[in-house]
Amino acid sequence: MKPEWKEWAHEAKTEFPGANSALLPLLHRIQQSEGWLSPETLADVADLLGLSVQYVESVATFYSLYFKQPVGKKVVHVCVGLSCMLAGSDELMHNLEQRLKISQGQTTPDGAYTLLEAECLAACDLAPVAQVNLRFRGPIQDAGELLTEEVSS
Amino acid sequence: MNQTYYLLRNREIPDIDQMAVYRAHGGYEALAEALKQYQPEALVDLVKRSGLRGRGGAGFPTGVKWGFLPKDGRPRYLVVNSDEAEPGTFKDRELIEKNPHQLIEGMIISSYAIGATEAYVYCRGEFLYGSEQLKRAVKEAYEAGFLGSNILGSNFSLNLFVYRGAGAYICGEESALLESLEGRRGNPRLKPPFPAVAGLYGMPTIVNNVETIANVPQIVTHGAEWYTSMGTEKSPGLKIMSVSGKVNRPGNYEIPLATPLRTLIDEYAGGMQEGRTIKCIIPGGSSVPLLMPDQLDTPLDYESILQAGSMLGSGGCIVLDDTVCIVKASARLVKFYREESCGKCTPCREGTYWNADVLERIEAGEGSERDIDLLMDIADNINGKCFCPLGDASIGFLVSAIKHFRDEFEAHVREHRCPLGAKVYDTVNN
Repeated sequence: MKPEWKEWAHEAKTEFPGANSALLPLLHRIQQSEGWLSPETLADVADLLGLSVQYVESVATFYSLYFKQPVGKKVVHVCVGLSCMLAGSDELMHNLEQRLKISQGQTTPDGAYTLLEAECLAACDLAPVAQVNLRFRGPIQDAGELLTEEVSS
Repeated sequence: MNQTYYLLRNREIPDIDQMAVYRAHGGYEALAEALKQYQPEALVDLVKRSGLRGRGGAGFPTGVKWGFLPKDGRPRYLVVNSDEAEPGTFKDRELIEKNPHQLIEGMIISSYAIGATEAYVYCRGEFLYGSEQLKRAVKEAYEAGFLGSNILGSNFSLNLFVYRGAGAYICGEESALLESLEGRRGNPRLKPPFPAVAGLYGMPTIVNNVETIANVPQIVTHGAEWYTSMGTEKSPGLKIMSVSGKVNRPGNYEIPLATPLRTLIDEYAGGMQEGRTIKCIIPGGSSVPLLMPDQLDTPLDYESILQAGSMLGSGGCIVLDDTVCIVKASARLVKFYREESCGKCTPCREGTYWNADVLERIEAGEGSERDIDLLMDIADNINGKCFCPLGDASIGFLVSAIKHFRDEFEAHVREHRCPLGAKVYDTVNN
């Protein structure tokens, strides 16, 4: 457990004191700094909020944006919704797989990229759209532009 | 074409997301008017008279919903649903990213009307920028005295919280949203009791969509009669339609309700791209049945679309052109529901898996004649048998696609390939 997590847990509980409302914000904040949520981290969060480990795991595993495995420095979500499909998201995903030499769902061996499918990102006006570390990029003309751009976390 | 903006004023006013700019264009004047000129009940009445209906998809009259709150002295909450994730819908994203103060002002007025002292806006986890914009604007609103204690010298106090989900379409369903907001898995709750009676933290709660609440300052400023002067008697006012597909100008368009679908596509969205013709249209987000090209004159209001066999829903209008394989489109939508089913109800959890499997094998040319009936049979076993609307939503497009394009499904089976030559990439982990 990092020393600052106690402070973060306190802040989350102060802002959202009802029920277990502090849990999601705290998981977001810790993942932001750690990159992902390891089983040890989830146990620490349970401890910090006075919840059972099983409960925290059950919540963390429900939501797709909590990473239960290590991810790359840049997480690329390619929207595969219908509107993006009509605009060529299958080709975009295929090109990214070829360039990164991984399949969707995987991380490059150097830990630079994780490539993931996203269900509709509510940005069909930017189709085909993607997110890099949750920042919108679109319309994507060429898979390469997603990988060369410097994106802040 | 000429367009007067009310909800999408960000299109013509740069930097309206900044407090100073928003105020320079009349921002927060509706709030001042509401607090000075109206008792809370009078505001509920104003919204009732405007005929404003919920813009999240169900179209339930907003003022009537507000009237459901029990008068028992318990704390009340307003929760704004910004978990926008219905495929084809992207209006709330623009509203929170480009004009967050409009929503915040609407939330303050609405909270005053319903007697809430705490208000929450729940953004889907992917709306990182949108939630940052909202948080920044909320801070500005506190600093300007529009939030906090004794707002503008009145007796009314309100605290407003921005909450971020973490990736789950089901949290757009209001009771699943409340579960998520309470730090749980996003499983829908049994209704009744409805949130108005037992919502957030067990207290009376109103859950409204972003666009619904964004209308409120406009209605206070311009009046109920202004609102009912647009649209039809039962579907008055303005609606933002999100148009995508092979049109020349995909995007959000603010229209008076009852504008014909053809006008939306041809005039607002600039018509179809060269060489493309319309195969069918999803008028209200991926959960609704499709409309055919001979229905393009259907007015975009709740009743007319229902009569035409579909729903206005969230206003996510996806235009499919004649190069699109209907089986592949169906497969993609069903796969979405498979991924997003919370898994609670067997018909939805299992049915979406089976339908996705069957559709994928038909698209791959490996289906049999029997598979088409199998899809209908599975759909029938989902229909009306689930706890929340997600199961039913998964079959809306599929059933209508088989009804209108059965020959295309059959051609896939007969020719053992996709007759439109849709390319299927193998993206399965290897």
